[in-house]
Amino acid sequence: MVLEAQQLTNAQGESLTVEQALANLRQTEDSSLRYYAAWWIGRFRVNLPEAINALVDALADETDRAPDGGYPLRRNAARALGKLGETSVVPALIDCLNCKDYYVREAAAQALAMLGDNRAVSVLKSLLAGGVEAAVQVPGKPHLKQPYNAILEALGGLGDQSVVPDVEPFLNHDVPQVQNAAARAMYQLTGNVEYGDQLVQRLYSQSLQLRRSALMDLGAIGYLPAAQPIASALAENSLKLIALQGVLEAHLQDVQFSQRGLSPESRQVLALMDDLL
Amino acid sequence: MTIAASAPLSDLIRAVETADSKAGLVIAVRELAALADPEAIPFLIKTLGFNNPGAAVAAVDGLVSLGRVAVPALLEQLDGYNYGARAWAIRALALIGDPRALNVLIETAEEDFALSVRRAAARGIGTIHWHLMSDAEAAVAQTRVMQTLVHNTADPEWVVRYAAVVGMEALAISTLNNSVHNLQSKNHPSQLIAAHLRTIVGEDTTPAVQARAQLALEKLLSG
Repeated sequence: MVLEAQQLTNAQGESLTVEQALANLRQTEDSSLRYYAAWWIGRFRVNLPEAINALVDALADETDRAPDGGYPLRRNAARALGKLGETSVVPALIDCLNCKDYYVREAAAQALAMLGDNRAVSVLKSLLAGGVEAAVQVPGKPHLKQPYNAILEALGGLGDQSVVPDVEPFLNHDVPQVQNAAARAMYQLTGNVEYGDQLVQRLYSQSLQLRRSALMDLGAIGYLPAAQPIASALAENSLKLIALQGVLEAHLQDVQFSQRGLSPESRQVLALMDDLL
Repeated sequence: MTIAASAPLSDLIRAVETADSKAGLVIAVRELAALADPEAIPFLIKTLGFNNPGAAVAAVDGLVSLGRVAVPALLEQLDGYNYGARAWAIRALALIGDPRALNVLIETAEEDFALSVRRAAARGIGTIHWHLMSDAEAAVAQTRVMQTLVHNTADPEWVVRYAAVVGMEALAISTLNNSVHNLQSKNHPSQLIAAHLRTIVGEDTTPAVQARAQLALEKLLSG
């Protein structure tokens, strides 16, 4: 693991080692070194106890402040913790869901989704309080009151069906990206194809950005009926291949490919992928 | 902006050169490509460098349907391209499958830093039109291609490994039709490829790649 990290950084002309990254993360003199070290530790998945402790400390940092009052280091530390697979940090990340900084809350919600720990459900759900009516843009900021996409995606991934009544109203939010996130979560929570089909419809949107985000959502939920529409969507082949990989691999798991071999559906998806290379 | 499909080449070229919007350029390039006129080749190639993906896709489609006649111009201008244009040109060459592009495609599959370009090249070197070479020349080149594809099946990016498997499947089937390779030998390329595919099915860390290798094996055994 550590050796691999060093090879990767050397290839990019970086000379950081695990020891240096840890030292950089622990010091408080130079905030940009610290910020980069937090990213690096997540990027190269350095899941050593001392790295995790230093990142948890960084979640409470007061020194690195953005001009808007935000906490850049906390954001990077939360993102890194999401990648390290250590669930003892879940309570510290849950605390971050109440941080004043929107982007810390967003990073924490994404990290909690990656860690897949159900202790996060009730606080995530509480951030949806007030429903769609309360989910409006913050005056003077480029974002809504809460990071709804990240919250909805996390709740979908965590799979606790008791949140369905909280998630469902967001299907009717004004912002199409939020509708997508709600549809994705509703599909994961209920398995109802109506929500998968709603995401498929997004592949025909006029907006490339929405088409791209629907591709990623459909890949993430592994929605098999989307395979052909994904293949013919107007977007980059690279993204379509990633989406089809998601669809294929969810299906391979369903049919227990490693024991039972290829199903007719998996052959169809593979043929679609071949044409996009 | 819309131009009748029967418009002469010069009108379509002017439409490409004077298009005043991204969407307008895509439409103009599509119509130019649909003409399938070799005289449009330099203009289609020029479009690859406009940083307009829709237009580049249309130009690649046009160049690929023109086929081998587009290859000399694509190769000649390869070094002068900006990076994006080079990637599109490699894609066109990979899809045309002309042996004259083989060395460039091998080099690209092995060394290019962009995964989407390695991906296109890895598939392309497997699907070369070998019948355009003598069997003896093809046998040498096929051995070289196999080395490159084996290298690509160890790429850090799953999609490059996937493309290498697709390339291997096509290569193995082609080598069965080349009498220079000794069919009785355990070292026949198709045998070596089958053994390598079995390793991928067992050991690759990405299920999509394992599944594609399984499919390739089945096709080889049934073909």
